[in-house]
Amino acid sequence: MNQTATRKINTTSPPPASDTGTLKPPAEHVRPRYYLQPRRRIMEKVVFNGFRTAAVINGLALVIILYFMVSNGWRAITWTFLTQAPFDSMTQGGILPCIVGTICLSLGAIIVAFPIGVASAIYLSEYAAPGKTLRIIRLGIGNLAGVPSVVFGLFGLAFFVTFLKLGVSILAGSLTLGAMSLPVIISTTEEALRSVPDTYREASLGLGATKLQTIMRVVLPTAMPGILTSVILGISRAAGETAPIMFTAAVFYTPHLPSSIFDEIMALPYHIYVLATAGTEIEATRHLQYGTALVLIALVLGMNLIAIVYRARLRRRLS
Amino acid sequence: MAVDYQLPATPFQISGSAAPYEQGNFMKQSSHTTTMNKPVKLSAQQLNFFYGDFQALTNISLDVHEKQVTALIGPSGCGKSTFLRCINRMNDLIPTARTEGAILMDDQNILDPSLDVVTLRSRVGMVFQKPNPFPKTIFENVAYGLRVNGVKDKQFIAERVEKSLEQAALMDEIKDRLHDSALGLSGGQQQRLCIARALAVEPEVMLMDEPASALDPISTQKIEELIHTLKDSLTIIIVTHNMQQAARVSDVTAFFYIGKLIEMDVTDTIFTRPKLKQTEDYITGRFG
Repeated sequence: MNQTATRKINTTSPPPASDTGTLKPPAEHVRPRYYLQPRRRIMEKVVFNGFRTAAVINGLALVIILYFMVSNGWRAITWTFLTQAPFDSMTQGGILPCIVGTICLSLGAIIVAFPIGVASAIYLSEYAAPGKTLRIIRLGIGNLAGVPSVVFGLFGLAFFVTFLKLGVSILAGSLTLGAMSLPVIISTTEEALRSVPDTYREASLGLGATKLQTIMRVVLPTAMPGILTSVILGISRAAGETAPIMFTAAVFYTPHLPSSIFDEIMALPYHIYVLATAGTEIEATRHLQYGTALVLIALVLGMNLIAIVYRARLRRRLS
Repeated sequence: MAVDYQLPATPFQISGSAAPYEQGNFMKQSSHTTTMNKPVKLSAQQLNFFYGDFQALTNISLDVHEKQVTALIGPSGCGKSTFLRCINRMNDLIPTARTEGAILMDDQNILDPSLDVVTLRSRVGMVFQKPNPFPKTIFENVAYGLRVNGVKDKQFIAERVEKSLEQAALMDEIKDRLHDSALGLSGGQQQRLCIARALAVEPEVMLMDEPASALDPISTQKIEELIHTLKDSLTIIIVTHNMQQAARVSDVTAFFYIGKLIEMDVTDTIFTRPKLKQTEDYITGRFG
């Protein structure tokens, strides 16, 4: 009966209360005017169609890029192309040294950036006391993410190559790319850690776990899918960049595959840049440029796929 | 079987900073000693608690008796959950929190800053308002408390997990899926799993913060039955918004209002002959 009373207040014209206590829906003519306004329904349609268009444009852009790459480059992709070094001013042969170089650099960048990035994120989101210092560190990381990649390249040249005397090498390139992908890894990992409900932390601490045990056994495993997302983003960024490696790791041409981390190498993005702008046969190698780009996309996708499959498996286990 | 696991019995230093127990100053509790004649397990003495400048608890003094259920009732924001979280020092997680006074557990001040909170929390278990099992298997959830406390003996863990699940009246329902994810259980089962998880480390005191408020009536009934059997072996303090629940499960009830302890007495007395008008008004639903 109490419920009946409150419902009555909300309707503009109270329907006669029946003895059984059930309410009849209010008759059409007593409904407030806004029920009848069609404007809201039109607005709903217009806005949501706008959102849909935005999403479709987004997907379309990807499809067009892929189509362009494939239609122009597929002829270049042959077994020779994938397994041999280039020769004849790079108009002949393949791109094997570039593929190997890019794999080395991407993995190197992740090996450098992942432990440091995750450790920083844990410190920032789990340990650091909120305050001025934390705000300044966050601001620094945010700005680091905004630094143009060519600046990282120059930094790598000045610091890793020259000052630390690492030379133009896989190591110097990996460190430079790692420094560049750090902010992405830190902010994505922090986001993942923040999305772990506080009730998990409370439950763990309430059972007599230390803070470190709580982080290692509950927070990190729960956040792991999100942390893997940071790896995906980091690899994608590191593999595709040209500017940071052109001074620190990649060379115009070397027929040798690297034998140590102090070797210089060729890399896919830099190879595309060289073919397209600095070679002697720019027009003649057009299809090779597209082919190289296609291989680069496939490579990044392949490396991401490993992380994505692992992430999906983790998610399944967590739910 | 070699059991290498033992919770420290009395790991605490007796603190000299504990407020002296002044009988005259201490709240008059009850002449009904029939259910209060058990030894005192926990004793709060002139406890004040602050969130920054806001005083959430004012001069709380009360005794909790061993192997009894003590219910804390009162309107939202009256400080009962805050009080509960003082007992296992969960409030330490709040940077601006500040506590004055003392809470004695077996005559040791658990608010002593030098006390090891990690050991304290393995002696004082907690069950939260919303079921919060970890995203692990049922087995791993219950084994968690043992593992973080350093138990390695697999057979011992397996036995304790089984025993805890049985104590929490959950074993029959889940014995075929011990190694499935705990998130696949229903809300009520999840809450009983959380109780089993807390029981596995054999706490002396169990704090329950509205353990049934997110559950349906049948699950609630199961939790209440569970509380009834558990009080044979441990001391339970339960916060509840549900007056009938307090009346059903508790031996002693304390009524809190705006950070103060208004009245505390044997549950039957509180619900039939409260001494204060304020208590009576709250219990009969006239305010709050």
